[in-house]
Amino acid sequence: MTRFCFSIAIMPREGILDPQGKAVEAALPQLGASTVHGVRIGRRIELTVDADDASTAREVVEKLAAEFLANPLVERWAIEEAQPLAGIAG
Amino acid sequence: MKVGVVVFPGSNCDRDALHGARLAGAQAELLWHEDTDLHGADAVILPGGFAYGDYLRAGAIARFSPIMGAVRAHAARGGLLLGICNGFQVLTEAGLLPGALRRNTTLRFEHRWVRLSVERHDTPFTRGIPAGQTLRLPIAHGEGSYYLPDAELDDLEQSGQVIFRYGPPEGNPNGSVRDVAGVTDASGRVCGLMPHPERAAEALLGSDDGLLLLRSMVESAAQVEAVA
Repeated sequence: MTRFCFSIAIMPREGILDPQGKAVEAALPQLGASTVHGVRIGRRIELTVDADDASTAREVVEKLAAEFLANPLVERWAIEEAQPLAGIAG
Repeated sequence: MKVGVVVFPGSNCDRDALHGARLAGAQAELLWHEDTDLHGADAVILPGGFAYGDYLRAGAIARFSPIMGAVRAHAARGGLLLGICNGFQVLTEAGLLPGALRRNTTLRFEHRWVRLSVERHDTPFTRGIPAGQTLRLPIAHGEGSYYLPDAELDDLEQSGQVIFRYGPPEGNPNGSVRDVAGVTDASGRVCGLMPHPERAAEALLGSDDGLLLLRSMVESAAQVEAVA
């Protein structure tokens, strides 16, 4: 078994109102950042899978993402094999 | 006729629901989330609160509680199942009701009285509500904005599964699509709504409109029991 690290970026689907993103965007002009648009807020999940190979590990993560970590009705997600972000993990 | 009220870690309206069910004429009992049977309950309420801290998404983790197997089996048998607020969120996450409940578009935790229109009077949850009567009930939620894509919502409306909507004078408090406040499953025997009928079950609380809903459910379940 090898350890495979993944990150899953979960974002609100296009067309789904993202009130958090809107609120942040509305605050930006106060920093002089009135050229910045399209703020969307989601979440990132990191996890580690023990598996024989990377594709088996990825299958596990894809199933978890679709059935639990994200809600397909309102969110989309992208899975990346990655190292945990240094200084953030833990 | 017995109502079971599920207690998840983080439920906080379980005692209110228990009291409301008793006011509606039922025996009522709390069911622990680690239980694997319903202790003979004829109808089940998933109460409000913040099950599992609302971690990940509201209701997302509660659906894995041991008792949910028995709750699913109960619904599959045609047993009455009511999800209130966080209980509604659990039912959508568990796939027992259509749709999703998102962060309120106001970005605020909305805690106030609303007025509901009752779209159908022939369901087990609304049969005792007089035609034309609206319900004055309180809401208390941060993630209660009902969402379903347009085409699916058309289907839901056509099949009569939207049973409560926010109406005047307060209007829609959370940005729910088409003012949806409560829905049922295709069978009409599983119902979820964001407002709290159990917090408006006696005049002392400012409204007893919620009792109409709870009593409808209790009387419907009692009829089933009598037939069985």
